[in-house]
Amino acid sequence: MTLANLWFILIGLLFAIFLFLEGFDFGVGMSTRFLAKDFDERLALMTSIGPHWDGNETWLVTAGGAMFASLPLMYASLFSGYYVVLLLVLVGLILRGVSFEFVKHAETKTGKNIWMWTFFIGSFLAPFLLCLMLLSMVQGIPMNANGDAFPKFFDVVNLLSVVGGVAGTLLSLVHGLNFIRLRIEGPLRERARKLNQILYPILFLGEVVFAVLVFFQTDFFTKRFGSSLFITVLIVLFSLLGYYGVLKDREGWSFAGSGLSLSTVIVLLFNGLFPRVMIATNPAHSILIKDAANSQYTLTIMTIVAAILVPIVAIYFIWSYTLFTKRINPRENTVKY
Amino acid sequence: MLGIGLSIVSLARFQFAMTTVFHFFFVPFSIGMGVLVAVMETIYAVKKDKVYLDMAKFWGKIFLLSFAVGIVTGIIQEFQFGMNWSEYSRFMGDVFGAPLAIEALLAFFIESVFIGIWMFTWDRFKPGLHAFMIWMTAIGTMLSAIWILAANSFMQHPTGFKINNATGRIQLTDFGAVVANPQLWRVFPHVILAAILTAGTVIAGMSAWGLLRKKKDENHFFKTSLRFGLWTSLIFAILSAGAGDLQTQQIIKDQPMKFAATEGIYKDTKDPAPWTVVELINSKDRTASHKVEIPAVLSLLAYHKTSGAVKGMDTVNKELHAKYDKQFGKDMDYYVPPKTLFWSFRVMTGIDALIMLIALFGVIWSRKKKDTIENKKWFMVIVGLAIWIPFIGNSAGWFITEFGRYPWIVYGLFTIADAVSPTSTVGTLLFSNIVYFLLFTLLGGVMIWYSRQTLHHGPYYEMEDSKQNVDPFAKEAFVK
Repeated sequence: MTLANLWFILIGLLFAIFLFLEGFDFGVGMSTRFLAKDFDERLALMTSIGPHWDGNETWLVTAGGAMFASLPLMYASLFSGYYVVLLLVLVGLILRGVSFEFVKHAETKTGKNIWMWTFFIGSFLAPFLLCLMLLSMVQGIPMNANGDAFPKFFDVVNLLSVVGGVAGTLLSLVHGLNFIRLRIEGPLRERARKLNQILYPILFLGEVVFAVLVFFQTDFFTKRFGSSLFITVLIVLFSLLGYYGVLKDREGWSFAGSGLSLSTVIVLLFNGLFPRVMIATNPAHSILIKDAANSQYTLTIMTIVAAILVPIVAIYFIWSYTLFTKRINPRENTVKY
Repeated sequence: MLGIGLSIVSLARFQFAMTTVFHFFFVPFSIGMGVLVAVMETIYAVKKDKVYLDMAKFWGKIFLLSFAVGIVTGIIQEFQFGMNWSEYSRFMGDVFGAPLAIEALLAFFIESVFIGIWMFTWDRFKPGLHAFMIWMTAIGTMLSAIWILAANSFMQHPTGFKINNATGRIQLTDFGAVVANPQLWRVFPHVILAAILTAGTVIAGMSAWGLLRKKKDENHFFKTSLRFGLWTSLIFAILSAGAGDLQTQQIIKDQPMKFAATEGIYKDTKDPAPWTVVELINSKDRTASHKVEIPAVLSLLAYHKTSGAVKGMDTVNKELHAKYDKQFGKDMDYYVPPKTLFWSFRVMTGIDALIMLIALFGVIWSRKKKDTIENKKWFMVIVGLAIWIPFIGNSAGWFITEFGRYPWIVYGLFTIADAVSPTSTVGTLLFSNIVYFLLFTLLGGVMIWYSRQTLHHGPYYEMEDSKQNVDPFAKEAFVK
């Protein structure tokens, strides 16, 4: 195992953790329109992720920073190539990020509604566009010898990328609803379970279409048949676990299942990318991990830093979650800031 | 072709300037507020004086508003290097990525996790433990400043690297040298001290407006806050000026062109060097006229003694040509924008001096025995208006640092023109510039509006509000 390969895996892991955590944040944000019926309920949903969303988003920032620090050529090509998509992702993240704070200060009904809507729109835009980008990227895009990517409109928006975007968004919503079942009490919790009873069959349909499209539109199954098949089955199995939790009213199983499904999608994509970091339509222009990587010296330093800091972060990160386990009641929610 | 190429670079530069300046309105303010709110809560935990709890809660609200805008605009910065400056990312990846990733791992996680806990545990933790959470957040923000400034200092004064001949890219050879960069340890204190100064000035200013309303129940609160803010402003205005002086010493050594432009000197000065207070700069003819000079002061500023000449831009330009012509060609223009640097420096130092003066009088007039400050309405208005000036001073400081780097993006190694993404087009850059501009106008406007509203409600608003909201069937409603 070279250090470059290790960092490729680590970046995948960081994205997988990000999707597991921010996935339910996004889902909770979307639920403000799909599940909640009034402002109290919306605020309760927002409160359930209030202490956590910023920390969850930090995994994305860390993934981006780690990519810059270990595979800068991937960072440069991906971020400059998907300029407009990432701009819109940023707009989504900005709008939802400020909503948490601004909605507390809004005093009129209109003001409160505006920030609840920006919260919803941001929570919807970000996962859709991120999944769209990832599923576009793995199909291969026009690139030059310098590594500059020039995806055209239909390289970015096509059948697989849109299905991937929708499936990722739906999975985030399902995951968010499972989180709500864990953190909220009262009718809202039961409604979340009922909604997921409807959403899971649609999700399974989406996952099958997604798998078929990945089979035809990417080279995952020609290059790495066994592992790709295994991981795809795993995604479905985790979703089934989530569905089982919905039917048997076991929130823990549901939450773990939907979160792991989301993370496993990243595993599928990174497994298919390997040993490349960017796939060009002209295979000669694809970028390999070993060419994208930083020097041994830098990677060694980063490995030592990560080996020390990640466990420490993990400890206080998990501890912070244990502080907020009491279920929130939307009718008695006195948000104190 | 050249015309289009130029405008891509200038649009990308404009975007970097706009996003960083906007981001840096909130960064120093949040760093400073974090520290000051932590201090307030600690005083409460130790002395149990309730006014400090009220202060921590009230100023905490302003802090959270600023923090929210600060973090969301911060994500733009991380993405921007890849989006607009992909050639820079390729060239600098081996050095630049590490501090950025460490910043996320070491600082951002502390910040984001502990602020989440702090916000939601006012009623659950004992004051000391609760204060610990805000201290962790404040420490996180300061740690973050170290790492991003480490990256910036490398761009000003590269250390601990070599150029990889096979790839033409920079390669890290000594991580210790990057962290020990002398620029870093001079710019870091300057930034942190100025951040606390910013927060202190805003607290003093908002308290002045609050006091002017003359509400009896709020008088003690705003008076205590006012003195707290004024003392902070006074101390940190002096300290940040001192730190700035240390930084100047380093700039003279590493970037003489930046220093010469800051002082508007084209021709070498006489010995001892006079300091130019104001002058008219003609950057086309490269001359300066109408100088108002104070003898020997520049020698004092530059070398801490009454002798020594300072090199002018013309001389430095020649030196830079002699040094870099082989690699970058004879057509390079090494003159940095002199008017921007000259006036930015005077704006920054002028603002620091002004705050020092206001704070000094404020501290004197608000003494317990000489309780006359409320009656000096004109002075309270000045303190209130002074809220805005540290933000101008902070931006001016970064103008000197960043424009003074011209034409390099990494000093002496890589030019700005070479750094921009080959994939960028005028269209996408124009689009993103407009999107950011509209978004920032919205965020900035709303943030200021809600801060103003919070001040308008005063510190005891929420408690009245929650009294009305007591559930009629809850126990409290039946207890008299």
